[in-house]
Amino acid sequence: MALLISVLQRIGYALALLIAVLVLNFLLMHAAPGDIADTIAQDMGGADAEVMERIRRDYGLDLPVWQQLLRYIGNVAQGDLGYSFFFQVPVTDLLIERVPATLLLVITAQLLAILVGVILGVIAARRPNGFGSHMVTLLALFGYSAPVFWTGIMLLICFSLWVPLFPSGGMQDVTLEGGLFERVLDVARHMVLPVITLASIFLALYSRLCRASMLEVLGADYIRTAKAKGLSEGGIVFKHALKNALSPVVTLAGLQFSAVVSGAVLVETVFSWPGLGTLALQSILARDTPTILGILFFSSLVVVVVNLITDLVLRLIDPRIRTGAA
Amino acid sequence: MALLEVQNLRVELKTREGIFPVIDDLSFSLEEGQNLALVGESGCGKSMTALALMGLVPHPVGRIAGGSIKFNGEDLVAASDARMRAIRGNDISMIFQEPMTSLNPVYTTGEQIAEVLRRHQGLGRKAAWENSVELLDAVGIPTPRQRAEVYPHQMSGGQRQRVMIAMALACRPKILIADEPTTALDVTVQAQIFDLLRDLEREFGTALILITHDMGAVVEMADRMIVMYAGRKAEEGPVDAVINTPLHPYTKGLIACVPHLMDTITEDRPELFEIPGIVPPLSRFGEDACLFRDRSDQCTQKCYECRPAEVKIGEQIVACWGAE
Amino acid sequence: MTDQTQPAPKARSPLAETAEMFLKNHAAVVASIVLIAIIIAAIIGPPLYADDPFEMVWAPFSPPGEEGFILGTDYLGRDMLSMILSGARVSLAIGVTAAFVSVFIGITIGALAGFYRGWVEEVLMRFTEFFQVLPTLLFSMVIVALFGASLVTVTVAIGVVSWTAVARITRAEFLRIRELEYVMASRAAGAGNMKLMFAVILPNALPPIIVQAALMVGTAILFEAGLAFLGLTDPNVISWGQIIGSNREAILSEPFAVTIPGVAIFITVLAISLVGDGLNDALNPKLRAR
Repeated sequence: MALLISVLQRIGYALALLIAVLVLNFLLMHAAPGDIADTIAQDMGGADAEVMERIRRDYGLDLPVWQQLLRYIGNVAQGDLGYSFFFQVPVTDLLIERVPATLLLVITAQLLAILVGVILGVIAARRPNGFGSHMVTLLALFGYSAPVFWTGIMLLICFSLWVPLFPSGGMQDVTLEGGLFERVLDVARHMVLPVITLASIFLALYSRLCRASMLEVLGADYIRTAKAKGLSEGGIVFKHALKNALSPVVTLAGLQFSAVVSGAVLVETVFSWPGLGTLALQSILARDTPTILGILFFSSLVVVVVNLITDLVLRLIDPRIRTGAA
Repeated sequence: MALLEVQNLRVELKTREGIFPVIDDLSFSLEEGQNLALVGESGCGKSMTALALMGLVPHPVGRIAGGSIKFNGEDLVAASDARMRAIRGNDISMIFQEPMTSLNPVYTTGEQIAEVLRRHQGLGRKAAWENSVELLDAVGIPTPRQRAEVYPHQMSGGQRQRVMIAMALACRPKILIADEPTTALDVTVQAQIFDLLRDLEREFGTALILITHDMGAVVEMADRMIVMYAGRKAEEGPVDAVINTPLHPYTKGLIACVPHLMDTITEDRPELFEIPGIVPPLSRFGEDACLFRDRSDQCTQKCYECRPAEVKIGEQIVACWGAE
Repeated sequence: MTDQTQPAPKARSPLAETAEMFLKNHAAVVASIVLIAIIIAAIIGPPLYADDPFEMVWAPFSPPGEEGFILGTDYLGRDMLSMILSGARVSLAIGVTAAFVSVFIGITIGALAGFYRGWVEEVLMRFTEFFQVLPTLLFSMVIVALFGASLVTVTVAIGVVSWTAVARITRAEFLRIRELEYVMASRAAGAGNMKLMFAVILPNALPPIIVQAALMVGTAILFEAGLAFLGLTDPNVISWGQIIGSNREAILSEPFAVTIPGVAIFITVLAISLVGDGLNDALNPKLRAR
């Protein structure tokens, strides 16, 4: 029961955050020079004052600001994010078309980063002054210092140009003929470089944090107890230490998700991945405000949902959060 | 043959200033079912002795540099890691000072007890769980079936220490090492835990090594006692003999600190007073001299020149140049 | 109390102790030297080096070394070395200024939240969480797109999205320090809130904030490079990311043109991270044991 209430609380809070994003979107729209009427007029190659007036009335731009805001929020609640004048389709349709590619990229990269990061962190923590540990520190430093789009370009040069293992861009080979299996394999081949690129920054971060967290946990009293029970090394590290050391990593992974989405914009651009990132760049270059604000909103929605999931995972890992203590 | 024979044990710690013996030439033995107390201030090597018996000397800072620990005739110093893991928690088990942090926060208490049974007794999941519920009952936890399902943070300190005891006694070990088991607990709870330990240890026929700085607990719990000072044995003997006629000035000091030692444990029993001065720093532990000399009022030139030899006087063994 | 032979540690100023700790960290010292060299090159490079970074001087995409152009030429045949030197100015300037903006915002919000507690803290921390949810790069892309690509917009856009870490650290430090005795003593001596916050607590809260600020410079340089790579930067200046972005079409035919500016960013940010790590170790001796 207490669990249900706290989950509902989190959901309510997430909704409030999303409404805040919408308000911000709205403010940005109004703070920027020019409005939809100007855009449409530009599109038509100029319009007279009367036409402009009519467009403004059609889009409710003559209403008081607070009514426009309510109307905007109401529209979004119904799944209407506006109309893209550049692409000539509703923004929602545009997003639905592009979202799967981005989610595929982002989720795969994030899972890979967490998995490999945790493994490296555990290896490093078992011998804190060993070779592996120094490598993890070094890797973390490199991963953090290299611009992600440049890492992508370097991988592209190495593994697409010099050693042509993977395709240089896109998500699938349109000329490919074959069944479902061949097509899945094809997408997987296209994914390898972008996923590794995007994972590289976060892999570095997670391995470093996991190392620190494992080192701390391995010095805890309950680890001494586990040793005194005669458990095997693996039982101590994986059962008793790792589960405790995981909480900070999961927390960070949740916090980092908005950065992952940001990184995806750059990675998608480098690899011409047909997702939200390339769409964002296109619509910004085309000054397509409804689309870009729609993307901003939708990405925030993804981050909020991921944060909710993180919260639930943390509850599964740590009973102290679950039962409301500490 | 004694159950446990420790001979000339030497444990060294590596520090920034060099390598020093935290335990220096320590020998003692323990008979089956016997209760032995290791007494001394903190930093005297009591806990390190316990860790050495468990094969848990912190690596790579510390290492067993010499001597032997014979358990049922088998030398634990030479035993493989796998062999030690089979002994730990099964034949020799240990409970620690800090019940608040010694249990893993992310597993239920029942699971943490059942784990030992699965590891050493080869029990299946269900049998191990049933067994751990019985153990919780045996250590006096009310409604054990429900309490097995809760997490450590939902229990009081006394209850957690009971869980630790249940865990340590789960496999009916030959030796139970209790390292300051009640120091972190309330006085009322302390007495309960000691009662429980004594009952169970008698019932299971387990030998007890009690590590404490509390002379009251020694009188209450132990048959024999070893007074340790700066990694060395200062005095050893039956508890009654040592308490009535302490031979080493350090033992005398420890006893003098407790006014009504032979009284039964009561709630308002005062805490131990400290003897003037402090235990020397680790960097002096290896010296060939008496390490207690600065704190003793009866030391002679000899105390500065040579480490006192252990001599047997009556039932007691003492290492002091002034003892007679 | 004790007559032990251990020498009493000599009393030294905390600054000297920090400096000594820092100098013991070889990686950090080397990184500082590299960083100073980069800064000097950025300052005196452009006036000393003859070529104008905007001028077409040779055939496009000449490889490094050809005709005396040490780093070759870009897609317009401009001298790459000259562009890198000029780009260093922009990247460093934006990095430092944006970090300053975000540290300023972060300290203000974190200090107010940690000092006043209660509803002020509640509101400000919710505000901070809100900014954590926004995908930072997308948000600053929107700002740059809506308000025009100028150095000022880019700097503000970076600063405005990256202050949350500073705010969290500042708040945590304030929460800890405001309960300490000397703060109580100042309060009892009649110090006002402003004085307590910025003259008493803030100086003691600075060490972790300084470390974060140093790392922020690196993050801001990466951020600027990302925006510039996407073409969202002042078209009238050259920055490292922008060189990569403008040569992007030739990634597979002329790899050197995108590799070189990337190396410049990488080395600079790596040096800054190492200096930041060194500062961290020197300022928080407790953490050294890790």
